[in-house]
Amino acid sequence: MTDYAYTILIPLVPLAVFVFTGLTGHKMKPIVSGLIGTAGLSFAAILSYYTAITYFWTGHTAGTGYVSIKAFEVNWLHLTDLLTIKLGSLIDPISVMMLVVITTVSLMVHIYSLGYMKGERGFHRFFSFLSLFSFSMLGLVLATNIFQMYIFWELVGVSSFLLIGFYYEKPSAVAASKKAFIVTRFADLGFLIGILMLSFNTHTFDFQTLTSPTGPAIAQAGGAAFMGMSVLTWSMIFIFMGGAGKSAMFPLHIWLPDAMEGPTPVSALIHAATMVVAGVYLVARLFPVYALGAPDALTLVAWVGGISSLFAAVIACTQTDIKRVLAYSTMSQIGYMMLALGVSGYGGENGLGFMASNFHLFTHAMFKALLFLGAGAVIHAVHSNDMSGMGNLRKYLPITHITFLIACITIAGIPPLSGFFSKDEILVAAFHHNKVLFFIEYAVAGLTAFYMFRLYYSIFWGKQTHYHHTPHEAPYVMTIPLIVLAFGAIFAGFLPFHNLVTSDGIPFETTTEWSIAIPSVLIALLGIGIATFMYRRVTAVPDKVAGAISHLYKWSYHKFYIDEVYLFVTKKIIFNFISRPLAWFDRHVVDGTMNGIAGIIQVSSVSIKGLQSGRVQQYAFVFVTGTIALVLIFAYLW
Amino acid sequence: MGITDFLTMRHEVLLTILAILVLIIDLNLKPAHKHRIIPIVLSLFFIHTVIGFLPTENGVLFGGMYHTSALTVMMKNILNVGVLIILLQSVTWLRKPDNKEKMSEYFLLLFSTLIGMYFMISAGDFLMFYLGLELATIPIAALAAYTHHQTRSAEAGIKLILSSALSSGILLFGLSLIYGSTGSIYFDKVGELFSNSPMQILAFIFFFTGMAFKISLVPFHLWTADVYEGSPVNVTSYLSVISKGAASFIFIIIHFTVFHSIAYVWKDIIYLIAVLTMTIGNLFAMRQKNMKRFLAFSSIAQAGFILLGILGGNQTGMTSVIYFVLVYIFSNLGAFGVVSAISAVTGKESMDDYDGLYATNPKLSLLMTLSMFSLAGIPPVAGFFGKFFLFTSAASGGYYWLVFIAVLNATISLYYYLLVVKAMFINKNDSPLAYFKSDIPTRIGLLLCMAGIFVLGFWSQIYEIISSFSFGILY
Repeated sequence: MTDYAYTILIPLVPLAVFVFTGLTGHKMKPIVSGLIGTAGLSFAAILSYYTAITYFWTGHTAGTGYVSIKAFEVNWLHLTDLLTIKLGSLIDPISVMMLVVITTVSLMVHIYSLGYMKGERGFHRFFSFLSLFSFSMLGLVLATNIFQMYIFWELVGVSSFLLIGFYYEKPSAVAASKKAFIVTRFADLGFLIGILMLSFNTHTFDFQTLTSPTGPAIAQAGGAAFMGMSVLTWSMIFIFMGGAGKSAMFPLHIWLPDAMEGPTPVSALIHAATMVVAGVYLVARLFPVYALGAPDALTLVAWVGGISSLFAAVIACTQTDIKRVLAYSTMSQIGYMMLALGVSGYGGENGLGFMASNFHLFTHAMFKALLFLGAGAVIHAVHSNDMSGMGNLRKYLPITHITFLIACITIAGIPPLSGFFSKDEILVAAFHHNKVLFFIEYAVAGLTAFYMFRLYYSIFWGKQTHYHHTPHEAPYVMTIPLIVLAFGAIFAGFLPFHNLVTSDGIPFETTTEWSIAIPSVLIALLGIGIATFMYRRVTAVPDKVAGAISHLYKWSYHKFYIDEVYLFVTKKIIFNFISRPLAWFDRHVVDGTMNGIAGIIQVSSVSIKGLQSGRVQQYAFVFVTGTIALVLIFAYLW
Repeated sequence: MGITDFLTMRHEVLLTILAILVLIIDLNLKPAHKHRIIPIVLSLFFIHTVIGFLPTENGVLFGGMYHTSALTVMMKNILNVGVLIILLQSVTWLRKPDNKEKMSEYFLLLFSTLIGMYFMISAGDFLMFYLGLELATIPIAALAAYTHHQTRSAEAGIKLILSSALSSGILLFGLSLIYGSTGSIYFDKVGELFSNSPMQILAFIFFFTGMAFKISLVPFHLWTADVYEGSPVNVTSYLSVISKGAASFIFIIIHFTVFHSIAYVWKDIIYLIAVLTMTIGNLFAMRQKNMKRFLAFSSIAQAGFILLGILGGNQTGMTSVIYFVLVYIFSNLGAFGVVSAISAVTGKESMDDYDGLYATNPKLSLLMTLSMFSLAGIPPVAGFFGKFFLFTSAASGGYYWLVFIAVLNATISLYYYLLVVKAMFINKNDSPLAYFKSDIPTRIGLLLCMAGIFVLGFWSQIYEIISSFSFGILY
C-alpha cells in the first residue's frame, strides 16, 4: 500500500504561505505576495493530482474496492485516554476527489485574482486570506476525525467571514460578513451538539470507526429513543444542521445571497465551489451512519435538499443582481446534491445517489466557478452587478461570452456536457426512491435552464446599452482560468465516477436511463426556449408575464420574505423578550456587584496604607508581633 | 579533591574562582579601561552557566553538610539563567560614569550572594544552611546601597541590613531551639526526631518567620517596598527574582524533608499566610505609581501564589513551585528589563512616564505587555500554566477555598497589570519618552525573557523534566 503521509503537506503549504504573506506581505510589492500565494497553491494542486492519480490507479483491490487510509495522525490534545483529539489526514475516494476540486478551483481563482484584484488596496491581505481559506478547506476534507473537521469547519467560517468583509469600509459588506458568520455559527451550534451526542454514545471521534458498518455508531443505532427517534438519529440531525448552515440549505440559507458582497473570485471559490459544499461533504463523510443507522435523518436530508432546490430556483428567476442569481442557483444545485444523498442507499447499486451527489459536486464546482468568474469578468468590464443595466456584451467580451454560454448549457443539463451526466444520475436515483422529489427535480431542471438563460441573454444579448466607456475583454490572466474551467465543465462528465467514488468503495456499473434523461433534456430545452423568447430581444413579454403572476412574482422577488421573518423573530421577539431583560440584569445586577467589590477593594487598599510607613522600627515591630501571633495561634490555641 | 568531587560541587567552586578572578582582573586593569571587565565577566559567567548543565550524580560531601542531586543542580541552573539575564540587563547601567570605578564590586557582591544561595540549596544541615543564608543576604545589603551617594539607595541598604539582622536573629533562635530539642542540626536527623511538642512548634515558627522574611511573605514583608524602591533597578530585579526564587526552593525542600512530621501544623500556617500575602500584596500593588515599588508589591502577591504549591505537599506541588519560579524569573525579568532599560537611558521610573510608550518604543511596550500578561497569568503565555499548575496542586490537596481566594486575587492582579498596559497603549501623552535604541546585551537579555515566556508556555516537556526530579512529602 502506498504511503500517503506526504498528503499532510497539502494543507500545510497554504498555511505557511498564509503566515508568511500575512506577516510580511505589506513589505513586498503586491504582485509578489500574489505570486507567492499562487505558487503555494500550485504546489498543493500538483500534490493533490499526484495523490489522486496514485490513489485511483493503485488504491483499489478486487473485492474490497477503494479502502480508506489513515495517512497521517498525531495526538494534538491528550486530555484523557478516552478523550484525545487528533489531527491527521484521511485518504479515501471522497477526500481525494475533494482535494482535486479544491486545489483546482482555488488555483484558478488565485490566477484569476491576480488580474481581478489588481490595484486593490489590501492585495496581499486578500491573497493571504485566500491561502488561509485553502488551508482550512483542505484540512477539513482531510480530517481523520469529526473533531478535527469541526475545528477546520470553524476556520473555514472565519476565512469566509474575513473574505466577505474584505471591503470592510463598505457597510453592506460588513453587515453581510456578520450575517454569514452568525447564521453559520448558529448552525454550527447544532453541529457541535451533534458531535457531542454522537461521540458521547460511541466513545470515538474517529471517522473510520464511526462509519465502519460494524462500528459502535451503527451497531448501537437502536439505542435510547427520544420523541420516537433514536439518539443516533437525533445526533445525525443535529450534525446535519451544521451542514445545512454551511451549505445554505433552507431555512438557513439567508446568508448566502448577502455573501456576494465579497470580491467575485471569493464568491467563486468559497460560495460556489468549495466551502458551501462542505455540508454535502459532511453528510457524504458520515454517509454509512446516515444510511445504516439513521434513515430518518437521511430522509430529512433528502427533503431539505429537494425543498431548497425548488425554493432557490423560483427566487433565482426574478433576481436582477447577477451574483445573486448565481448564489440562488448555487443553493439550488447544492439542494440537488443533498437530495441525491438523501435518496441513496448504502452499498453497490443502491449507492447510486451517493455517487451521483459527489459527481454533481465535482461537475458543479467546475461550471459554477466558471459562471462566477465569468460574472466577475462582466463586472470587471462594466463596474456593476445589476443586469438591468447590461446588454449586448457579447461583442465586447467574446471569450467571457463563449465560456459563460458553455457554463449555462452545462448547468441546464444538455448532453454531452458534464452537467447532463451528473444531473441524470441524480434524477435516476430520485426516481427509484421517491416520486414526489423526482418530479420536484424535473421542475427545478426546467427552472434552472430558464433562469440561467434569462441571465445569459440579459447580459450578452438584449437591449443596446450605452456604457460610460467601452467595455473591454478581461486580461489573459483572467480569461485563461475561464478557458481551463470551461474545458473542465465540458469534459468532467466523462469521468467514470461509478468506478471511483462509491458509497462502499466498490465500483458498480451504471447506464444512462434514456426514459428519464430524454424528458429532462426536453424540459431543459423548454426552459431555454422560453428564456430565448422572453429575453433575447427587448420585448414587453417579461412584464406581461410578471403581471399575470404578480403575486408569485412579488413573493419570489422578495425571496419569500424569509429575511423579514428572521428579522421579526430576532429583533422583535428575541431582542425584546430575552436580550433586553438579560442586558438589564447584566448592567445592574452583575456589573453592580462587580463594581461594589472593586469599590470595597479600593477602599481597603487605601485604608491599609498606614502599614507601610517607611520607618524601620515599625517594620521590626510588625515582624515580631507577627511571629508572636503565629506562635500564640499555632503552638497554644490550635 | 578529585574530578568527581569537583563535578559534585562545580557550581560553588567555579563561581568562587570566578569571583576571585573578578578581583584580580580588576586590579590589573587601568582606570581608563575598567569597563573591559564587563565582556570578560559576561562570557565567563556564560561558560559557568553552561558547565552547570553538565550531567551530574547525587553526592554527599563534608560528612553530610553538603548534598547534591539532580534537583539541586536544576535549581542552581535556573538561578544561573536568571543571573545571566540580569547581568546582560545591567550593562547599560554599569557603563554610566558614576559606576565606572566600582563595577567589579557589583559583580563580586552579586556572585558572593549567588554562592550563598548555592550553599543554601545544597545544605545538608542547619549550619551550612545558615552560612549560606547570611552569605546570600549581607552582600545584597551592600548592593542595595550600591549608589550610596543617593540617599534612597543608602537608606535601602541600611533598612535591609537592619531588618535582615532582626530576622536572622529570630531564625537563629529557632535553630538553637531545634538543636536543643533534638540534639542534632543535620536535616535527616532532625527530620526523624521532630515531633509536635510546643517548643518544637515554637522553634519551627521562628525558623519559618526568618524564611518568610526572605520570600517577603505578609506580615514579614514590610522591608520589601522601601528596599526595592531605593535600590538600583538591577539589584531590585535580583532581589525580587533570584533571591526570592532561591529562598522559595530551599523553603519547599526544608518543609518537605525536615518538617514533614509537622506538616499538619505548617499547612495551616501557610494557608493563613498565603491568604494574607496574596490579598495584602495585591491591595498595595494597586496603588503604586513607581514601577519598582509596583513590581515589589506584585512580587509579594506572586510569592503568595507560590505557597499554594507548597500546601499541596505532593510531587505536583514541588514541580509546580519550581516551574512557577522558572516562569516567574522570565516574566519578571522581562518587566524589570524594560524598566531597567528605560531607567538607564532616561532615569524615569514612574508609571505616568510610561503613558503613550507604544507610540515611541513599540518593541519595549510589547515585551512589557507580554511580561504583564505572563505575570497576570493569561493564556497562552507561560504565566498561565505556572499559575494553573499551582492551583491544580492546591486543589488536589483539597484546598478549594484557598484556590477560590487565589483565583479572586489573580483577577485583582490582572487589574493592576493591565494598568501598565493601559498606560502604554491607551493613555494619551503629549510628550512620551523619546525613542531610544538599547544596546546589544540588553536586547539579548530581553529576547531571552521573551523566548522564555513563550517557550515555557508551549513546550510541555520542561514540566515533565522538572516533575521527574521532584518529590512529595516523605513520610
